[in-house]
Amino acid sequence: MTKVLMQGNEACVKGAIAAGMRFFAGYPITPSTEIAEGSAVELPKVGGKFIQMEDELASMAAVIGASAAGVKSMTATSGPGFSLKQENIGYASEAEIPCVIVDVQRTGPSTGMATSPSQGDVMQARWGTHGDHPIIALSPSSVEETYRLVIRAFNLSEKYMTPVIFLMDEIIGHMREGVEISNDIEVIDRKMPSEDQKENYRPYDCADGELVPALAPMGKGFYYNITGLLHGGDGFPTNDNEVTGRQVLRLMKKIEDNRADICQSESQDMDDAEIAIVCYGGTARSADEAIFQLKEKGIKVGMFRPITIWPFPEEDFLKATKNVKKILVVEHNYGQILLEVQRLAKNLPVEFLGCINGKTISPDEIIAKVEEL
Amino acid sequence: MPSKLIQKYMREEHLPHIWCPGCSHGSFMRAVAVAVDRLGLDHDKVVFVSGIGCSSRSAGYMDFNTIHTTHGRAFAFATGIKMANPELEVILFTGDGDASAIGGNHLIHACRRNIGITTLVMNNNIYGMTGGQYSPTTPTGEFGTTAPYGNIDRDFDIAELAKAAGATFTARANTYDLNQATNLIQKAIEHKGFSLVDCLSICPSYYGRKNKKGDAVKMIQWQKEHTVSVQKAQNMTAEELQDKIVCGVLCDYDYPEYTEKYQQIIDRVRKD
Repeated sequence: MTKVLMQGNEACVKGAIAAGMRFFAGYPITPSTEIAEGSAVELPKVGGKFIQMEDELASMAAVIGASAAGVKSMTATSGPGFSLKQENIGYASEAEIPCVIVDVQRTGPSTGMATSPSQGDVMQARWGTHGDHPIIALSPSSVEETYRLVIRAFNLSEKYMTPVIFLMDEIIGHMREGVEISNDIEVIDRKMPSEDQKENYRPYDCADGELVPALAPMGKGFYYNITGLLHGGDGFPTNDNEVTGRQVLRLMKKIEDNRADICQSESQDMDDAEIAIVCYGGTARSADEAIFQLKEKGIKVGMFRPITIWPFPEEDFLKATKNVKKILVVEHNYGQILLEVQRLAKNLPVEFLGCINGKTISPDEIIAKVEEL
Repeated sequence: MPSKLIQKYMREEHLPHIWCPGCSHGSFMRAVAVAVDRLGLDHDKVVFVSGIGCSSRSAGYMDFNTIHTTHGRAFAFATGIKMANPELEVILFTGDGDASAIGGNHLIHACRRNIGITTLVMNNNIYGMTGGQYSPTTPTGEFGTTAPYGNIDRDFDIAELAKAAGATFTARANTYDLNQATNLIQKAIEHKGFSLVDCLSICPSYYGRKNKKGDAVKMIQWQKEHTVSVQKAQNMTAEELQDKIVCGVLCDYDYPEYTEKYQQIIDRVRKD
């Protein structure tokens, strides 16, 4: 095992390639551009391909096309581009095409502040594309974790045949840290239908008790239709409400019923904590330093950090905060995960520390806020 | 009893199709099936990609790997498919609105890259699926539900647009001469690089009715009278060509195909 100094965006590329990414389509946008640049350099070396598309919409579409042809694919963007990708993120969700969408969040709204950090796309990651749909979103809080977690993003997308949002932020994307590059990683590939299914192949009819379809890549002799219209087991559009209802319900349940497998979180110093700081991504780094200093002062404070942002790790959160007296949500926005925490915390007082001007939330600000509580 | 062509290449269980009586999209869909058959393409390696609209329902009727994508984005989906597996014969169904309005940017960049995609634009001069709104190919002065006082936009010539953007094969076909259409589609599929056939389709239900063009037979008759072959056009004056539409191969030349060029990068990088 070797430890290498690298940038968060660079670790994202390295992890993606380790996970089996062999196609990347993107469009230049700060602060995610290094992911496109890194992919352009690294992919041909492993026989993979990179393409710079004409816009964000097209790069999302190309990623889905490549994945439908059987190649693990990723795109990367930031806020304005993430807005444009929403159309086809919904398509990937409905058609059940696995792919990874990296959003290195910057300050918004609109063009916002291109080089400043933010966590303002958390709710967009959940509900950005129209209609009811499931989503998985993961958020790393170190360069090392970026490397490992993007591999998990690919694994979850292949396992559950769904788009996975990799929710980075400018802090982590541009941070440089040592990363342990290990060859001992688990890589999951999508299920394949068996050869005997070729006749009358019904890709979206799952076996009894199964929630995830086995979709054959194009070119393998399985003829079927892929569409963003609600469809039956053969992939052909239908207006039969019973069929469409069943199809969308399965889509939701394949994520809902597998929360235990999908949700990850980290609890730090929570055993005797009276105050729980809830934070994630780059913000967790400031909280980490704040907690260290607060504990030196004798304040009983701990951290609950969701690593899987969507679905929110509810069970972990409830367990971790069972004995606390107060909760402080620290996030780089006007209050987004705050809403989840308020919903779950019920009778506990929930305080908030946010930031919307593009500045980084400092440990001192967190310390001052905790001391106020 | 369905024809052998339908049995071999189409999803019988999903026919009849959804198109209105008199619509000629189905004729072009058949022409594609004939071209694929004549070329003896490996059934497993043909992928049909489509966008959104009447034209784009074609993909779903073909018994191959088919993908019905989002409005205007079929070119970008097809680019990803071709990049992922250049062995695939990627054939794209689109319409005038899908290809040249919402998909205009994707169209020109697919042309510019000269990526191996065969595009069939079922051009009926109107948005049919949504009920007859004017499109980028509705002629100036004509009517649509959203151009109740006449269309003031200038109309696109999609074949010219594709050629200017770098497509290495462009052609125009019409509904009257389906033999010619089939031959042109066949040539487009055989062509290495980006090819596009502007298929002049007819929409009696919306474009025809809104513009008092008569029924399907009258509209096809109009095409017969107003189209000339490329060869014939060469000997005609500008004045004679004024109300004519030129059909046939409009542009055809060799230029390296995109995925082949990318493969050369991979080979070079891996050798170093």
